[in-house]
Amino acid sequence: MAASTVSTQTATPGPPPADAPLRLRAVTAEGTLSLAGAAVGALALDWVLYERVLPFTGVLGFWVSWYVLFLALYTAIAALQWDLLSVRDKFFSVALSTGGVLATAIVIDQVAYTLVRGYAAVKHPRFFTQTMANAGPLSPIDVGGVGHALIGTLEQILLATLLSVPLGILAALYLAEVGGRAARPVRTLVDAMTSLPDIISGLFILAFAVLTIGLPKSGFAASLALAVTMLPIVTRAAETVLRIVPGTLREASYALGGSQWRTVLMVVLPTARSGLATAVVLAMARGIGETAPVLLVAGFARGMNWNPFRNWQTSLPLYIFYQIQSPVLADKIRAFGGGFALVILVLVLFAVARRVGGGAPGELTRRQRRRLEKQSARQRAATKGISA
Amino acid sequence: MVASAPEDIPRTIVAQPSTGDKIFRGILRASGWSVFVITGLILLFLILRAAKAFRFMGLRFLTTSAWISQSPQHFGIASILPFGILIALIAMIIAIPAGIAIALYISEYAPRGLKRPLVALIDLMAAIPSIIFGLWGLLFLEPRILGFDSWLGRHLGFIPVFNFRLSTSIAANYASSTFIAGIVVSLMVIPIVTSLSRQVFSQAPQGEREGAYALGATRWGMVRTVVLPFGRAGVIGATMLGLGRALGETIAVTLIIVPAWHFNFHVLESGSNSIASRIAIDFPSYPAAGSMGLSALMAAGLVLFGMTLIVNTLGAIVISRSRSGLATAD
Repeated sequence: MAASTVSTQTATPGPPPADAPLRLRAVTAEGTLSLAGAAVGALALDWVLYERVLPFTGVLGFWVSWYVLFLALYTAIAALQWDLLSVRDKFFSVALSTGGVLATAIVIDQVAYTLVRGYAAVKHPRFFTQTMANAGPLSPIDVGGVGHALIGTLEQILLATLLSVPLGILAALYLAEVGGRAARPVRTLVDAMTSLPDIISGLFILAFAVLTIGLPKSGFAASLALAVTMLPIVTRAAETVLRIVPGTLREASYALGGSQWRTVLMVVLPTARSGLATAVVLAMARGIGETAPVLLVAGFARGMNWNPFRNWQTSLPLYIFYQIQSPVLADKIRAFGGGFALVILVLVLFAVARRVGGGAPGELTRRQRRRLEKQSARQRAATKGISA
Repeated sequence: MVASAPEDIPRTIVAQPSTGDKIFRGILRASGWSVFVITGLILLFLILRAAKAFRFMGLRFLTTSAWISQSPQHFGIASILPFGILIALIAMIIAIPAGIAIALYISEYAPRGLKRPLVALIDLMAAIPSIIFGLWGLLFLEPRILGFDSWLGRHLGFIPVFNFRLSTSIAANYASSTFIAGIVVSLMVIPIVTSLSRQVFSQAPQGEREGAYALGATRWGMVRTVVLPFGRAGVIGATMLGLGRALGETIAVTLIIVPAWHFNFHVLESGSNSIASRIAIDFPSYPAAGSMGLSALMAAGLVLFGMTLIVNTLGAIVISRSRSGLATAD
């Protein structure tokens, strides 16, 4: 007893025992303080070097050199306390974490920048209902708006969704349910077409539908082009969802004597419903912001056009594209107003996608579970009534 | 006697699909192969419409550094194609390390509660319209990056790529450059690289991860020896799909650059070009330029489509290889 206390006392000041477990996600005071110290030290050093000693200018350069200094200082601090393996580990966990921070910062920056700049136009209450029909180059900012572009965008995206979603989901069902060797080239091509240059689908519809078939330049032509862009995105996303439907559910249906089409219709699709809805909404969010396909086949109208099948129609991205290139300041502000509307639309679609699904197939939301519980309680009561 | 027991041969089960199933599968198969039909139609109609321009310019289409679509017509891809590739290269140089870093962070380092929000964030980044990237690049990024540009031009000008032949003290000489367009395009490629490589990283087998830890690896040691080798094919495929996207990006590039016609490697200098942006800029002049002007644009589009289709298909094949390897491992 006494001997063991002596031995632990002598061991404490030295290095920890060699077989102490490595704690992978441990947060220690030394770790946090080293990070903070490196960050503050790099900031100070950077200020002295960048702003005072060396003849550099520019905000971006300041932060780039801050980051380099920060990594260097942190490595140096780490090297003073830990062995080489841990230093390398710490270095990479910090460097990779900045990746996550960077992505967040960029997205927030873009969304916030558009919203802030767009607010100057949006605060005029009639901005969303007026069109550009009566707005000349000298019109003040409270004349003219995005009403026509908003209607155009909504009609075009709805038509494009109606065209691309059924075909996309059928194609996804082919990949997931029929599959086999023959499906492999289809999947490869779908993957390849997801990053088809967006201007190509516009050129295609121009060459095919407008110039060869004789469809007029219109909102409908634009939605055809959008559908070409959206089809592979829907297929790809829907296939991923269909793939995680448990095979046991399908086998249960087959064991009960179900044919394949009834299994797909009654088991697979209902199970994957929320995921499929998410896939569709995400594809809509991608399609709604496409400019290039629309640029070539929709024309550009300054006034309201409710009919997507006749005459030129403007959508929000197209509206922004033309307004921002105008030399008039009010037009540029209106472009940001259009950007405001577009970003809000994308964010709303995103929120809907997260709300609808995002969970695994078959995973129930709280409301669905409550409804099921109520239903089974009712059935239990009914059977009790019969037996009594 | 043992060998002649015929009743031990297993019965082969041949499931005869019902008529309904046959029709159902036929419909699914037709929808699946419609992707091939659409791709084929795109190729066919671009070739049909581009034929006139190719016949008119012949091989000079590859060597001409100008785009005059009104008569006397004179157009070619000798400068717009390499400029576009240069923009895509800059974008990839930034997007590959950043995309892999973000993917590794999400799949290996992020706290569990942060993973789903971050994945949603990357999805959102992919869905931010390219016109918004364009606005942001033109009016937010460009004024802020000019100082960094001039710093690069003055202090790293000895590197040929950063060499600056114009006056380094005039900010406008740095504006609308290949470099700025490349940075903005890189931000649009990052979500593609990230989401595809994250999917592969997160499928690295749990047993091997634990094996690495059991041998005393640190977290980075485990990532370097298990996750990265496992995900290599996926990362290569993701990179190629991202490259396809970068080559074809239209609107953001159109807003940022001013057209330049003499190809050069000096990426900081004002002026650049790309096939997609040329189509977008030149298209409004098409009714005046007549069918030859339009055919010229179709020819440029055909070159772009052929190039991206090859790059993307190779990328998709690499990814599907990595995926089929997974299927056998399961």
